Amino acid sequence: MTLLGKTTNASRVCGNCCTTIDHLGVAFGRNVVLNDVSLHINCGELVAIVGPNGAGKTTLLKAILGEVPYTGSISFSIRGAASSDARIGYVPQRLNFDGDSPISVCDFMSSAISRHPVWLGVRPSLGRKCAAALERFSAQHLLKRRLGELSGGELQRVLLAMAMTPVPDLLLLDEPVSGIDAKGLSVFYETVCDLRREHDVSIIMVTHDLPAIAPHADRMVFIRQTVLAEGKPSDVLANTDLIVSLGSNLWTISRFSESVVKREDHHD
Amino acid sequence: MIDLFHRVIESITLLECLRYAFMKRALLAVMLGTPMFALLGTMVVSNRMVFFSDVLGHSALTGVAIGVIMGLMDPLWSTLAFAVVLAISVNVFRRTTHAANETVLGVFLATTVALGIVILSRGGGFAKFSSYLIGDILAVSPGQLVIMAVLFVVVLAYWAVAANGLVLVSISPSLARSRGMSSFLIETSFAVLLAVVVTFSIRLVGILMINSLLVLPAAAARNLATNVRSYTLWTVALSMFSGFAGLFASYYWGTASGATIVLFSAAFYVLAAVCGGWWRGRAFARS
Repeated sequence: MTLLGKTTNASRVCGNCCTTIDHLGVAFGRNVVLNDVSLHINCGELVAIVGPNGAGKTTLLKAILGEVPYTGSISFSIRGAASSDARIGYVPQRLNFDGDSPISVCDFMSSAISRHPVWLGVRPSLGRKCAAALERFSAQHLLKRRLGELSGGELQRVLLAMAMTPVPDLLLLDEPVSGIDAKGLSVFYETVCDLRREHDVSIIMVTHDLPAIAPHADRMVFIRQTVLAEGKPSDVLANTDLIVSLGSNLWTISRFSESVVKREDHHD
Repeated sequence: MIDLFHRVIESITLLECLRYAFMKRALLAVMLGTPMFALLGTMVVSNRMVFFSDVLGHSALTGVAIGVIMGLMDPLWSTLAFAVVLAISVNVFRRTTHAANETVLGVFLATTVALGIVILSRGGGFAKFSSYLIGDILAVSPGQLVIMAVLFVVVLAYWAVAANGLVLVSISPSLARSRGMSSFLIETSFAVLLAVVVTFSIRLVGILMINSLLVLPAAAARNLATNVRSYTLWTVALSMFSGFAGLFASYYWGTASGATIVLFSAAFYVLAAVCGGWWRGRAFARS
């Protein structure tokens, strides 16, 4: 029932902010990664991007970030006005950094949210700001720890806290649940749903974990180079041909699909 | 200015070797050079650019060779120009091809060293360029000291502006991008600054030793530090201490200064690697 309550709340969008992706194409040399992708994401909406490995899911996020060149257009509208610089929060898929780096969680967050050079030390006021951001994700005890010492789940919470400071217009989550145990997983989804509800932030989440995301997402988009299916999670999951192409266990998926349909029926 | 510095040094030390002007200048060079190297070194190590800075150092061979061909009196400028072009092209090349970083750098290293040696050894005259390999800090001129002082200020200014970006890029370039920072701009500007500092320092410490000076103090400090501030402080402290100890030791032992300084850094590295875990545990408990 709690899940149901959250879905209901999340559907209350202000409708003035949105991200519009229009005929997006990305190619690396002759290798076409994305072709003619069009999406419209409202504020307060949680959109799950699913698809097989190498389908261009991460590339889509990188295009939104402006990290890869693309054709077509990506535009943001903030409170009804077109804006070129939407604030984007980003939680990367995995970090490829040197685990021995003497960079504390506090240094890491400060280097992103402040211009004060971290090598001179982090000011107490800034340290408190970082701690407050971490507290929201029950991670304030990690403030002084080195990044390389954190577990997958801890690092994920730190990255999420950072992506939400300051509150972004659009939150991009790339495979955010890799390296988190089952308990951490449900906490993670609850937290993300809370964020959407409280801050009216649009969330695009790339994920492989269809059963887990299905009850939370407002919309599911299946991508393989282009958009192959889009709609309510139950609709996309009902497309068994696509789901089988993911190599997932069909039986598991269909079970979850049924449960999602039941919840949606109940909700309607 | 330099005279004043001489008098101050004389009045506060009783070290006999400081009677010589060349030792005073060398000491000043160490005071300016080691903290500058230390700052750059912290990010060279954090951003996995150790091999890259090694390539920059070795590229000086080709830079000098180009200067010789062009008939320059002082090949410094050709060396500088070549190192800057190399720094930018490696960064561009790395982005446009998806070849492994180390492989690309290996190709650049092999090519620049071979090209330099081929040109400089024409007619069997390579021996007169061997001073570039080892360097001579005792031969530092007042003009070079002025250049080092200017570079020191430039590095500090750059660090005040760009260090946060370098920290973020070392963790994730995409994350830096989401914060409106261009990882290409950050990495390339850092590479160019590194190229300039390395090129100006080749004469003093030599092609063979320059990278060790950059890397060893930072590598040692990583074992002791728990955050970026203590990392920076430890690196600067170890770098300066190795510099002074190495300079004086080389005077009394009659050895090459650059290499002696590096040996001290290496000793600190071993010490830090052995005691690092214990020290960090204490530092964490205190905080």
